[in-house]
Amino acid sequence: MASIFQGVGTATTLSSSASFDSNKFHPSSRRSLSERKVSFLVVRSDAAKMNPGLNKIGGRADQLVTNAVATKPDTSAASTAASKSGHELLLFEALREGLEEEMERDSRVCIIGEDVGHYGGSYKVSKGLAPKYGDLRVLDTPIAENAFTGMGIGAAMMGLRPIIEGMNMGFLLLAFNQISNNCGMLHYTSGGQFKIPVVIRGPGGVGRQLGAEHSQRLESYFQSIPGIQMVACSTPYNAKGLMKAAIRSDNPVILFEHVLLYNLKETIPDEEYVLNLEEAEMVRPGEHVTILTYSRMRYHVMQAAKTLVNKGYDPEVIDIRSLKPFDLHMIGNSVKKTHRVLIVEECMRTGGIGASLTAAINENFQDFLDAPIVCLSSQDVPTPYAGTLEEWTVVQPPQIVAAVEQLCR
Amino acid sequence: MAFSGAKIIQPLPLHTTIRSPNNPLLFDPFTSSPFLGSTRTLRLSQSISASQRRCASHIVAVSDVFKEKKLKSNTNLLLTKEEGLQVYEDMILGRAFEDMCAQMYYRGKMFGFVHLYNGQEAVSSGFIKLLKKEDSVVSTYRDHVHALSKGVPARAVMSELFGKKTGCCRGQGGSMHMFSAEHNVLGGFAFIGEGIPVATGAAFASKYRREVLKEADCDHVTLAFFGDGTCNNGQFFECLNMAALWKLPIIFVVENNLWAIGMSHLRSTSDPEIWKKGPAFGMPGVHVDGMDVLKVREVAKEAIGRARRGEGPTLVECETYRFRGHSLADPDELRDPAEKARYAARDPITALKKYLIESKLANEAELLAIEKKIEEVVEDAVEFADESPAPSRSQLLENVFADPRGFGIGPDGSYRCEDPKFTEGTAQV
Repeated sequence: MASIFQGVGTATTLSSSASFDSNKFHPSSRRSLSERKVSFLVVRSDAAKMNPGLNKIGGRADQLVTNAVATKPDTSAASTAASKSGHELLLFEALREGLEEEMERDSRVCIIGEDVGHYGGSYKVSKGLAPKYGDLRVLDTPIAENAFTGMGIGAAMMGLRPIIEGMNMGFLLLAFNQISNNCGMLHYTSGGQFKIPVVIRGPGGVGRQLGAEHSQRLESYFQSIPGIQMVACSTPYNAKGLMKAAIRSDNPVILFEHVLLYNLKETIPDEEYVLNLEEAEMVRPGEHVTILTYSRMRYHVMQAAKTLVNKGYDPEVIDIRSLKPFDLHMIGNSVKKTHRVLIVEECMRTGGIGASLTAAINENFQDFLDAPIVCLSSQDVPTPYAGTLEEWTVVQPPQIVAAVEQLCR
Repeated sequence: MAFSGAKIIQPLPLHTTIRSPNNPLLFDPFTSSPFLGSTRTLRLSQSISASQRRCASHIVAVSDVFKEKKLKSNTNLLLTKEEGLQVYEDMILGRAFEDMCAQMYYRGKMFGFVHLYNGQEAVSSGFIKLLKKEDSVVSTYRDHVHALSKGVPARAVMSELFGKKTGCCRGQGGSMHMFSAEHNVLGGFAFIGEGIPVATGAAFASKYRREVLKEADCDHVTLAFFGDGTCNNGQFFECLNMAALWKLPIIFVVENNLWAIGMSHLRSTSDPEIWKKGPAFGMPGVHVDGMDVLKVREVAKEAIGRARRGEGPTLVECETYRFRGHSLADPDELRDPAEKARYAARDPITALKKYLIESKLANEAELLAIEKKIEEVVEDAVEFADESPAPSRSQLLENVFADPRGFGIGPDGSYRCEDPKFTEGTAQV
């Protein structure tokens, strides 16, 4: 389990002094080289201490124990293994480990993207791989997303297994033609003759004042494309496991990483493991309410969970991980137990993953709900640059606390 | 002089019957096997400026000399009898098949958008008959004949058009999505330009096989066919860049038939000479008479040879024409009847027939036999398609995912694809 969330608060970055390696954090900017070279550690000027409980919005300053571990120990084999042995690393390193292991295992696996080779990836996910595997296996492309995504698809049809990186997920908007038509549909329109075992990955989500265009949530745009799977990683453990699973899958998989989560630290097993692409992850079992979330919002939820626990609530937190298709088994079992559902997502209110999940739960588990589903999403606004405005566009822990209190009345 | 077809050492003297006296013969000093020179430019008379001439040093195009060559005696034959008959048969198949498609469409056997290839057969046969089975072809929505030339059986294509389960794509693709894993036909794409990156990827895979997977004899090439309209699209340029950058074994074949539905190439393109765009990206750009299958074939041999030797991509612009409208739904009222008549007079099948007979490679009877045979093939294809069953409901959910676990886990804990109704096509997914 992840023991990083001391710094996760309403307005702060995921920094705890122990675990944040500022030198490794490189925001990606499409054009400006100078921006890329600056590593930064964002500290809110008004959060003088890195006190995770302080939040400016609701005014409620919950002074939480700073060293508290966010989650109850979960019972999965992974954590027990991790506690016995294993190695500690950051999320981007976990992704790289997954990549490297799969490239070692199967020489048809290759990486295609901007600055993945000599630069090592704008978030260092592919660092060291080009010197090891060569310029053709770790291919630095020109800035032509539509064309190189299509190129990856054509190569996949001919037997290779490319991993296509969007330097920022938002850039993949330029590849929408290829992702929708060829990636998603080609297996079907060819009558099953060609498979497209590509992995499309990259960082997305709302970062730290990156501006509207670099703060997009592409999962809501891609979710309707038939024929693709979408997963979102949130911890080093599931990042590595999902990366390996995505590479081994014969389906096209879009792996959503988050700009702010790359420096999360966790101890992961030394033994090889591959996670299941279609399964959700139980983060914290509970009885009163089911909170469904994914990616960065998991941490806001866990932050709120601490408050809720102090107030006597017992939330069940599930990281849905598989954005398409939904794991209706784990979700359904939870709904049947708690009868109340809160969805916390970073997508915009309109047409996001939360909207689809709300519909799916209503459709399948209507009889088990004691209250209407509450879905907390980001505002339907282009993410503003100003820090204060940006904070108000995404869901913050106090809102989550308030929603649960409302739901459980 | 005899053409070896593989490497043409000496450039032929320039001879032109066309306008634009300003174009000198341009050689590519960087390869030892320049294409035969031609000065044919498009419908506009353009003088090439000095700077263009510099950039154009990579460009050579095919000479009108071919036309004259064809009329000479046997010692100048461009192909053997066997090759001649093979090409002729392929072109007849293309024409007969497309004509039958038109009939079937108007009889309500096929629906949607159907784009026919009549008039452009020289390009398909000229290029594709030189390929190996392992080479790949990528096309657009005007793909029936490319699939046929590559070896996909007429029955499979016709069934696909009728939407039957025996179609090459199980009836799931349709006219615009002809695929064949066996014959390496990688589509069939509905949006223009979107096949070019796929072709580039296939070429990349070939290079990857050779250099990373160490399959030393992998020299598979990829042909990407597309039209004049596509040459204004970003994906075209992006792929020219990448193919030249990495010296991918691909040939970009532009079937310039002058019209993108109702948009004339001249009205939509700042510089209508598409072959010139090759050198801008560092590859040879060649212009060829696409109504002449022998010229196309000579250029194709050179370009394919280049690609196989690892020398990189080539851009070949084929001047061609479609005798029918853009699709069967197009009334085709914009094009000038005089233009249509001019090109009809240059029918590639008629031209080849004339050549074969005049050069004594074949006689009338042999050619008629081929035509008869093809007629039977096409009729058999229609019969087969007619009698084939339509896809059943059970086919609906298959092939969405290569791994059907992609439909996810249902409320009961089992995968959706394990639901018995999945194979019936009625499962909730």
